[in-house]
This record gives sequence, C-alpha cells and structure tokens, in this order.
Amino acid sequence: MSLRRIIGRLVVLVGVLLAVSFLTFAMLNVLGGDPALAIVGADNADQETLNSVREELGLNDPFLVQYADWITGVVQGDLGRSYKTKQPVAEAIGERVPVTAEIGLLAILMALAVAVPLAVLTSYKAGTKTDKGTSAVTFGLLSIPNFLLAYWLGYIVAVRFGWLPRSGWVRLTADPLENLRTAILPALSLAIAEMAVYTRILRSDMIQTLQEDYLLMARAKGLSTKRILFMHALRPSTLSLMTVIGVQFGALIGGSIIVEQIFALPGMGNYLLNAIYERDYIVVQGVVVVIAASFVIVNFAVDIVYRLLDPRIKV
Amino acid sequence: MADVSHEARADDGTPITPEPAPVLLADVADADRSGRNPLADDPIEDDGRSTKKPLGITFWLAVAWIGVVAVAGLFSAFLPTDDPNAIDIPSKLLGPFTEGHILGTDGLGRDILARLVDGARVSLTVSLTAVAVGMLVGGLLGTLAGFVRGVFDVFFVAGINIMLAFPGIVLLLALVSVLEQNLVNISLVIGVLSIPIYARVARANSLAVSERDYVLAAKALGATQTRILFREILPVVLMPLLAFALTALGVVIVAEGTLAFLGLSVEPPAATWGSMIAEGRRHDETHLHPVIIPSLALFLTVLSFNFVGEALRARFADLDAKV
Repeated sequence: MSLRRIIGRLVVLVGVLLAVSFLTFAMLNVLGGDPALAIVGADNADQETLNSVREELGLNDPFLVQYADWITGVVQGDLGRSYKTKQPVAEAIGERVPVTAEIGLLAILMALAVAVPLAVLTSYKAGTKTDKGTSAVTFGLLSIPNFLLAYWLGYIVAVRFGWLPRSGWVRLTADPLENLRTAILPALSLAIAEMAVYTRILRSDMIQTLQEDYLLMARAKGLSTKRILFMHALRPSTLSLMTVIGVQFGALIGGSIIVEQIFALPGMGNYLLNAIYERDYIVVQGVVVVIAASFVIVNFAVDIVYRLLDPRIKV
Repeated sequence: MADVSHEARADDGTPITPEPAPVLLADVADADRSGRNPLADDPIEDDGRSTKKPLGITFWLAVAWIGVVAVAGLFSAFLPTDDPNAIDIPSKLLGPFTEGHILGTDGLGRDILARLVDGARVSLTVSLTAVAVGMLVGGLLGTLAGFVRGVFDVFFVAGINIMLAFPGIVLLLALVSVLEQNLVNISLVIGVLSIPIYARVARANSLAVSERDYVLAAKALGATQTRILFREILPVVLMPLLAFALTALGVVIVAEGTLAFLGLSVEPPAATWGSMIAEGRRHDETHLHPVIIPSLALFLTVLSFNFVGEALRARFADLDAKV
C-alpha cells in the first residue's frame, strides 16, 4: 500500500472518529437530561446550587463549545470526571482495559485454536457427514444468544460441576494461575460464537482455494494431504478470516459487556453498564468513544495485515 | 450475524461441482475497495441445485414453532392463561405440571406459562416494529442511493460506515439509557439502529439491478424516474431484503432479550423472556425451571427464525446471484 493511500485512509479514519464522537456527545446531551441535577440530586436541588454546578461544568456554554471543550480533552487523553465517583474517566478505563483485553484475546485464541483445524478438516471433507454435522452444530451455536450461553456455561461448569469459580476476577499480576481460572469461563463464552463464525468463513474460503491448479500441482508432486492443507492452502485462504476477526471485534466488545456482567468482572463493559444504570453520562460518552475508536483502529490494522498476508495485493 | 449466514449460504452440503474459480488480481483489488472479499462467496451457491432441494421436516418444524409463538403473542389477551403479573407468594416456585400451573410458577408465584405468552407478545411487537422501521427506511434510502448514485450516494455510504463503526449493542445500551423504557421506544431504537444494515443490503441490490437491460428499456420507453424506482427496481430489491429481514427478526429478539436480561428493556413487572431469565437465575441453585423454560423459548425462537431465513435465502440464492 502506497504511503499516499495509508495517509488517505488515516484521514478517513480521523473523520469517522470525529463523527462518531460528535454523534455520541450530541445524543447523550440532547436526550440525557441535566447532569447538574444528577450530581446534586433531586432532593436538595435549589436553583442556586444547580447554577453553580452548571457553571463549573461549563453546561451553560453553547452546545458546540461544550463539544469542542470535551473533544479537545479527549484528544489529550482527558475524558472528564465521573459525575458520581469523581474519578477521571480515562484513569478508570485504564484500570479496566486489561481485563477486557485479556478475555477478548483469550477468546480469539481459543476460537482460532478450534476453528482453524475444524475448517481445514470440513473443507477437505466438504459435503460429507462430518462437514454437514459441523455445519449444523455451528449454525446452532450461532443461534444461542450471548447472554444465555454465558449464563448456562457458568451454571453447568461452575455450579453443577464446581470446576471453576462462577464469578469474580483475580489479577494476572496477583496470581497468574488463579487469573486463568477466573478468565476461562468468560473467554469461553465469547469464544464459542467466534469459533462458529471463523469456522464457517474459513471453510468457505478453503473450499475455493482447494480447487486451484497449484494445489493439483502440489498433489501431483506427491506432497502429503496434511502438508498441502496446512502449508499450501491455509495461508491464501485466511484473507476473509482476517477481515472477519476485525469486524467481529465489535461483536466481541458487545459480548464482553454482557459476559463481564454475568461473571462480575471489573472490565470496560461492566464500567459502561454501571455508568448506564447510574445515568453517569460523561462516563458513557467516554467509554463509547474509546470503544468506537479501538474498533476503527483494529479494522485499520487488519487492513494492513491483510496486505502483508497476501503478496498478490500490492504492498 | 446476518453476514455470517450469508457467507455460509451453501452449507446445506450440496455436492461441490469442481469448478475452478481463478482468483484474479483485479478481483482481489476490487474486494479491497469494497471492503468485501469475493473469495468469501461460496462456489457451491452457483450450481443452482440448492434451489431445487425440498424444504425438509426441520424447516416445517421451525415454521410451526414460529407459528405457535406468533399465535401466543397475537392473542395473548384472549388466551385462557392466568394473569401474568398476579403475585401469589405461597405457591411460589412450583414445579412444572402442577395443577393449575402447567409450566410451574416463578419466584413470586406467578404462572410461568402466562408470563411466557405475555413475553411472546413483547418479543413479537419489538421484532416486527423494529424490522418494519429498519426495512422501510433503510430499504427505501438504500434503493434510492443505489439508483441515483452521485453525491447523494457518496454521503450515504459515508453515513452508513459511520453508523456501523459503532458496535451495535454499545449504542443500543447508551440510547436506551437516556430514553424512557417502554415498548415503543425499545422497538424504535432497535429499528433505527438497524437502518444502515438494511440500507447496505438494499443499496447493493439496487446498484446491480439499475444496470440491467430491462431498466434501460424502461428508460428508453420514457418511464419517469419515480416509475422506474418503484415499479422496476424496488420489487426486485424487495426479495433479498425480505429474506434478510427474516433472519433479522431473530437478531432483534436477541437484542431485546439482552436488554431485558440487563434490566434495560420494558419496565417490570411486565414479562419478557429476557427478564424472566434474569429473575429466574436467582433461584437456580434450588429450582431450575424458572430459568430453563424461558431460555428454551428464546433459543428455539431464534433458531427457528435463523433456520427459516437461511432456508429461504438458499432458495432465492439463485435469484440473488443473478441480481
């Protein structure tokens, strides 16, 4: 990819981020009610206190000025302070990102570990019972709502069998082994749907690749099936998979909100959900912008990796 | 999720025709621009055989279940079930098949069957409204954008991309939190959020159809733009849009269920499947039925919608491919 195109894409990226941040800000400010009232509380809200709070927060400024103030802060890493706890939003997010990132990453790894061999196998055996069975299973898994999956997984593994803790979180730095035990169930809840998606996409691409002449050539040379599948066919088939992992990143974040709630993890999703329950809109605003930004950036990165993966696309 | 099932369109296991599909550099570059990879299209779907496959028993089972849910939802007021909100503490947590309570009672002694039926009404209302809003607005805008193109289309695509840059559930949660939580608001919010997806499907189809000869013929015959749009293009765009909407019904039911589970859907004590699951799980160490019954109802409904949508889409794949 030429430098020019990278820059062009970056410009678009910044534009999208600005639009997203503006929409979030506008939405919560227009619909969100009066933050001053939320801070002071409806009981002891006399006009004078409300006004002084509004003045302090800059709520009396025109709407666009408020947005400009906020976004200037955001660019400098200042997302404002929570109305309720007074903690800086950026600091709170920083504390919670590792949790969400860990289960998200673990989920992707788990999903890939199952999906890649499964997709290779089913594409090789396309049309057989193994393939149809796998397809039916992944279809069924995709029909299970995320929260049901997380709940029932927790119930069966933690309550019925008592193998893993049902909720709670141990930091990686505190006890790596215990950390893994608390991370497995949430990550697995996210991984199952991802696995189903990855398998279907990769299988579909592999089937296409397997019909290529160069694989016939490899076969004619006498290479083993295993070698052909994993060494020759897999890499060129992973293009859509890469894109899908990027696109699914959004689903993963959405899923982690629910999973963190069910397993009581101190992650980003939990933070957002509590802010929503508490009507702490500055926090909601901050988290939504961070999530949208990371989503856009991840997809940009995927786009670049995509090119590195396939030399047929000019770098 | 809808995208996923799109990729997997030919997963019904029809035999593969060994038709080599050369990957052209141009294709790959094109895919890069459109953000979609042509390699993702399953080769099997072109063989046209899948369209002739009869719809199996599973399909009709799924249709039957949807029928049951639809009847329950539509006629919930007239069905001879108990009052879904009648609290009766002494007879709480009765197991299924107890006299007077076929599916037992929940933690407050409310009849689970009655609540299930009332929950079907909520799921049905939300999903039909949301899909109608999304399909109508998104479908019209998308068809228009694909037809007129030009500057409108450029801004349109940019707008869609921005809206899709949000993970849907995050935006849904944020929006719901600032609105009053009632059936109308929940339905509308989900509907509005789904507009860009329908718009994208409609635009892609409209773009392709606008190029076809019969549209050119209509133009040559002097048909007005409006006539071409409504009489020539819209009817063709409608079919793939409807197939998509069917799967979308399942997605909307999940979205509402998730909101309800998080306590952000219709205010209690109104029964929804999601809130029944959320309430039921408090008792799961002793009683499983208050949570297992609504879980099954939700899963079966989503599965059925996905299955029926997928089967119909495979049927129309032929038509879709030609478009």
